Amino acid sequence: MAGFTFKGGIHPFEGKELSKDKPIKKFVPEGDMVFPLSQHIGAPARPVVKKGDKVLAGQLIAEASGFVSANIYSSVSGTVKSIAKHRVATGDMVESIIIENDGMFEAAEPLPIGDIEDMSRQDVIDAVKLAGIVGMGGAGFPTHVKLSPKEPEKIYYCIVNCSECEPYLTSDYRRMIEEPEKLVAGLKIILCLFEHAEGILAVEDNKPDCIQKLRELTIDEKRITVKALKTKYPQGAERQLIYATTKRAINSSMLPADAGCVVNNVDTVVSIYHAIIEKRPLTERIVTVTGDAVREPQNYLVPIGTSYEQLLEASGGFKSPPAKVISGGPMMGFAMFDLDVPIIKTSSAITCFTKDEVADYTPSNCINCGRCAEVCPGRVIPARLADFAENNDEEQFLKYNGMECCECGCCSYICPAKRQLTQSIKTMRKMILANKKKK
Amino acid sequence: MSDLLNVSSGPHVRDKLTTGKIMGIVLLALLPATGYGIWHFGVNAAILVVVSVLTCVLTELIYELILKQPITISDLSAAVTGLLLALNMPPTAAWWLPVIGGVFAIIFVKMLFGGLGQNFMNPALAGRCFLVICFTARMTNFNYDGMTSATPLALLRAGSSVNIHDMVTGNIAGTVGETSVVAIVLGACIMLALGIIDLKIPASYIISFFVFMGLFAGHGWDMNYLIAQLAGGGLMLGAFFMATDYATCPITDKGKILYGIALGVMTGIFRCFSSSPEGVSFAIIFCNLLVPLIEKLTLPKCFGKGGEI
Repeated sequence: MAGFTFKGGIHPFEGKELSKDKPIKKFVPEGDMVFPLSQHIGAPARPVVKKGDKVLAGQLIAEASGFVSANIYSSVSGTVKSIAKHRVATGDMVESIIIENDGMFEAAEPLPIGDIEDMSRQDVIDAVKLAGIVGMGGAGFPTHVKLSPKEPEKIYYCIVNCSECEPYLTSDYRRMIEEPEKLVAGLKIILCLFEHAEGILAVEDNKPDCIQKLRELTIDEKRITVKALKTKYPQGAERQLIYATTKRAINSSMLPADAGCVVNNVDTVVSIYHAIIEKRPLTERIVTVTGDAVREPQNYLVPIGTSYEQLLEASGGFKSPPAKVISGGPMMGFAMFDLDVPIIKTSSAITCFTKDEVADYTPSNCINCGRCAEVCPGRVIPARLADFAENNDEEQFLKYNGMECCECGCCSYICPAKRQLTQSIKTMRKMILANKKKK
Repeated sequence: MSDLLNVSSGPHVRDKLTTGKIMGIVLLALLPATGYGIWHFGVNAAILVVVSVLTCVLTELIYELILKQPITISDLSAAVTGLLLALNMPPTAAWWLPVIGGVFAIIFVKMLFGGLGQNFMNPALAGRCFLVICFTARMTNFNYDGMTSATPLALLRAGSSVNIHDMVTGNIAGTVGETSVVAIVLGACIMLALGIIDLKIPASYIISFFVFMGLFAGHGWDMNYLIAQLAGGGLMLGAFFMATDYATCPITDKGKILYGIALGVMTGIFRCFSSSPEGVSFAIIFCNLLVPLIEKLTLPKCFGKGGEI
């Protein structure tokens, strides 16, 4: 069967061999743990502990401060040291709860969640909200909001984004290889919420072992299909994924629910399983430590709040001096200048390169070759948009559909003149969105 | 150690293809036509190629040195312009003709508009057209084998017959690089295979020209005549190497096809109704001027608003 796909996209070096065969290792952190209050899209959580409080592993330390917000739990036992601003991977300083880890990992009571058999639709959504689950693929959109569309009966597809199209990342891959049962069980819980929906596990065809394993597991599940997607970046971008699996297309001002879809990432679905079946809040995630600068690339099960620095040390540190350290993958990750930064709910990887390809090239004149437009999954013309952005021409930027850019980075990757197309477009988009909010 | 880390906006990886590599491939793809031209026409053709390339590269270098701009000759685009200009010269031309043409192309058509990618007209063709207008006799003197001979297109216009076989292999009078269809198509295949160009512009250009000539040239669907029109003059060189110049063609897919059709029609009009039997160069630089308009008319629909497939 031909792989499902979309038009555009690129084939960057995958780099997954570095860590793909490394089984998930449990990481035990030491010292201070940092829990930023904003690990999700929406309002920051409100602290419910204060300096000097004793906390247990799995205890609520900050609660959602609105519908679009999320609870935060401590991943360790210890004492609250302070509530202060701390640097996060994007470089911002964010108000955070800092907990001194006592190394005992004394567990709190399990979450007060009933038996799945007796739960109503709303009970399940409430449980997901209680557990503090957000989209763990990168955006961090609170999952309970995604699971509460206006018309649940009009949801026809529950898609699990198993594509992991970002180069170098293998955290979702390891999860699928090691715990596929949890993934399928998690999807079945989501399907309980949407009676008309079909479950789709969408996997890129560079992971044939996952596809086979998931197909074996779902052979008797009438409502679940495994779809093999063509390996291509950004196959896992939400709108492209929906199109590839269902042929329904949405633009930037629509939600997946408008196309009858709910899309969740692998680790998010597994977290739903943990919450509903094991009554555990979201306190850990899988993080890939990779790149050619790292001595031993690994996949770790990491308590949230652990610093990147510790995780790097556990991987043997750097085998050669890094030029660039990225939180996330090379396409959409954030370059960091400080490694004393915590793992949060959306941290999928730390990628360390000995060479910075961006600095190796000097941007030059656009030659109008059209490669950016060819690879753009949003079907816009990045070269023109970047020009408008650089000239601050908002009117033309909007006319050329600048707001339809998904910031995937394909244009900057492919540009032979090495222009910083994505950066210019991103900046303009941010300005326009900020101006809109002001009005 | 944090002062050692680079920070930039994503993505943090880049494709290996650069502007310089693209231009290098274009030069490589022009080698068959250049080699054939030199073999066919002799030493003067070689002199024209060398002089023209050197003129263009040095002009760009000196211009940038004088204006204290970053030196860009390593992107090879000036070399491509120089080579294309030489391939568009009659093999009998004096060595100073490409010097004038090259300086005009680089300074007035390319650098004054902002350099590579900013020019609105193909520099090599603008240079050639400048020379044709200023030095008409010298630029249309197709002496060959020691005697004045007419190009196949001139023969066709006069009503004589032409040898199609010789036209395809290139054993005819013409400019340095335009005579051999085989050599040009070989080079075009290199560019197609390496993804430097695609068929949208050349195919729509050639097909629309073919149809136009069939309808309006007054010879009906006489295949001998139509194939001679396709193989003659600068059509093949123009369609594959000059109409596809990135900077002066539309960036949109539909725009490329529309542009190709406009080229076919314009070339047809010039060849049928103008005083000269040639028309490719003028058609291309004329259609270059239509590019912004074509682009505006063919803006793609974005994803989620009808632009999926």
